[in-house]
Amino acid sequence: MNSKSLKKYFPIFVLPTLIAFIIAFVIPFVMGIYLSFCKFNTIRDASFVGIKNYVYILTKDQNFLNALLRTTKFTIISVILINVGAFALALLLTKKIPGTNIFRTIFFMPNLIGGLVLGFIWREILNTVFLKTTGRPLTYTGADYGFWGLLVVMCWQLMGYMMIIYIAGIQNIPEDVLEAAKIDGATPFQILYKITIPLVMPSVTICLFLTISNSFKLYDQNYALNGISPKTNLVALDIYNTFYNGSSPFSEGRAQAKAVIFFLIVACITFAQLRLTRSKEVES
Amino acid sequence: MRKKLLSVALCVAMAATTLVGCGSDDDDNKETTTKAPAGDDKETTTSGDDKNNSGEVPTEGSVYFLNFKPEISGEYEKLMKAFSEETGLNAKVVTAAENQYESTLKVEMAKSDAPTLFTVNGPVGYNTWKEYCEDMSDTDFYNMLTDKESVIKSGDGVYGIPLMMETYGLICNKKIFADYFALEGIADTGCEKIEDINSFAKLKAVVEDMQAHKADLGIKGAFSQVALNSSNNWRITNHLFCLPLYYEYKADNATDKQEITFSFNENFKNIIDLYLNNATVSKDQASTGSVDDSMAEFALGEAAIAQNGVWAWSQINVDGGKVSADDLYYMPIYTGAEGEESQGLCTGTENFVCMNSNASDADKEASAYFLKWLYSSKTGMEFVSKNYGVAPFDGFDNSAAEEANPLVKLANADVANSSTTTVSWVTTTTPSQAWKDALGVNLLAYAEGSAEWDTVVKDAIDKWKAEKAAANE
Repeated sequence: MNSKSLKKYFPIFVLPTLIAFIIAFVIPFVMGIYLSFCKFNTIRDASFVGIKNYVYILTKDQNFLNALLRTTKFTIISVILINVGAFALALLLTKKIPGTNIFRTIFFMPNLIGGLVLGFIWREILNTVFLKTTGRPLTYTGADYGFWGLLVVMCWQLMGYMMIIYIAGIQNIPEDVLEAAKIDGATPFQILYKITIPLVMPSVTICLFLTISNSFKLYDQNYALNGISPKTNLVALDIYNTFYNGSSPFSEGRAQAKAVIFFLIVACITFAQLRLTRSKEVES
Repeated sequence: MRKKLLSVALCVAMAATTLVGCGSDDDDNKETTTKAPAGDDKETTTSGDDKNNSGEVPTEGSVYFLNFKPEISGEYEKLMKAFSEETGLNAKVVTAAENQYESTLKVEMAKSDAPTLFTVNGPVGYNTWKEYCEDMSDTDFYNMLTDKESVIKSGDGVYGIPLMMETYGLICNKKIFADYFALEGIADTGCEKIEDINSFAKLKAVVEDMQAHKADLGIKGAFSQVALNSSNNWRITNHLFCLPLYYEYKADNATDKQEITFSFNENFKNIIDLYLNNATVSKDQASTGSVDDSMAEFALGEAAIAQNGVWAWSQINVDGGKVSADDLYYMPIYTGAEGEESQGLCTGTENFVCMNSNASDADKEASAYFLKWLYSSKTGMEFVSKNYGVAPFDGFDNSAAEEANPLVKLANADVANSSTTTVSWVTTTTPSQAWKDALGVNLLAYAEGSAEWDTVVKDAIDKWKAEKAAANE
């Protein structure tokens, strides 16, 4: 196909997606930013109030700042656990041991279950576990069981998915490079650090991006697992609570402002991460 | 060629997925529009064949009701159809999914075809939606209301009218109580039958002794479990909290307060301790169950008492349930307040209907007519008796509702009893859901021993002030 006819058909292929993208993403996004500077009840009766909402949430709303800190902590731990775990699983399941396909399928399956269902099922499991071991339920107010429980669920769900991406990366490593290393007398650890890891950096980029953004935005599992509890009040849940449960007529605008700040933070971190890991990517 | 085909297919698939996301109408919100059959609008309405209603039937305008009870969405759709057929007016109902009323209302109100009728939970909900509420003091519907004080008022205007009256208290299993009083060697509680219990002191004595004899009675506990988690704690943070608040308002002759003193917090503690210490599950596990679990325990005869409202009959009257209508006894919630011997059950509502002030005049007229029709026509009254329970309107026959639900019958008997004073639902004045959530978390911490009672009290007072102040920002 020459480039001329490609150009001719370009709008036909792009337009449907573009229109959908504009309607479902661009317009709501721009409106969302505008609404964060407003006082509103429904999106039709918004009145502009300037940066009042931002000033309030950054200076007076302790919940939001606490939630941000807690979410950051959660993200750091979950990103490390998920990626290390997923990479280890991927290494194991690319060795030629029997049954790898079955294990790959099993590890990937948690991804097919929706967040809420998963949360409710895990609530029952974790409640039983904590009651048997500590005599206290998951939502016990005197400890952080809910936080750690959420980490377990998050790892369980995302590890399999990341594993698949790492497996794809590892399988793409050319055999000859590995063979040459072996002949040169490299130890398995040297092979791992000098060859495997540098060559799967593209997978690391994707996996880090996905785990960071998913951990930050976590909402449904948290809601199903812990409900509304100050110990597990992550940012996404805090935004929801602010929007619907507050008494102030400014609640909606403030929640919107929180969402915008949240977006900026997630965007900055993931962008920085993409730049950083991309620069480490090498070709074999 | 194959590659080209593949890329076309992929493009289509991608476009389709994105379009599916925005094109699908929410499955959660069931919607039915009933169009009046063409041609029979003017002729039938002017002939005046509607004998049940003295007022004029509007000839134009349409009704759009945003229903808050997901369990009756199917019934509501049938009702709207019947209304359209009888009057020739267009009528539509949309039902919000469970716990999604506020968010659905926010979305629907922003549309050009907004609801003409919606509900708010009381003065607090009204405060959020006041710019959308029409004064309904001139409507026939308001004139039919029995207790004109039960509305949401602002100045001379009437902005919210109760759709129903509901009652809650301690639902007791008489059979278990009779078994208990027949036991040998029970403590001297000063009571010989369930009817003798008329104060917190007596209730406590009986309940604690009953708990001690739970093995003899074959029950798991005197009270069903409290279910103190954020999705299920409304029985405590909303309903039970009504009692200390009612006594505080009564002592200060108030109907709402910007700041509470929580002067009856000891009474609140009394009853909560009693619930927690004498339940089917230990205090440590207060947060694990749900209200459904709690009602199942009562229905299966594993607990003698469950705090809940008349709507709980459907959860008691289940297959395999061991509690029949004759076994029920409705006891007021005693907390140890002075003069509580004459206290009755808690009666009120959190469902006030409002009319959208932005609707066209024709739609407003049609909507007002719909409300009147709902509580005066045969079809409407049947629907209300079956789905709403007690209707607080003149000329409304509540016997059908009593027939269908023994708890309604007991509740009505209590309301009609002149020797007891009904506790009104003053919790409609609590500042926000955020306040209730905070109280719930603190109460759970108290139950689990990780917070002191003083903290619960202080936090409730402080947050009340802050949230009430925020409402007037």
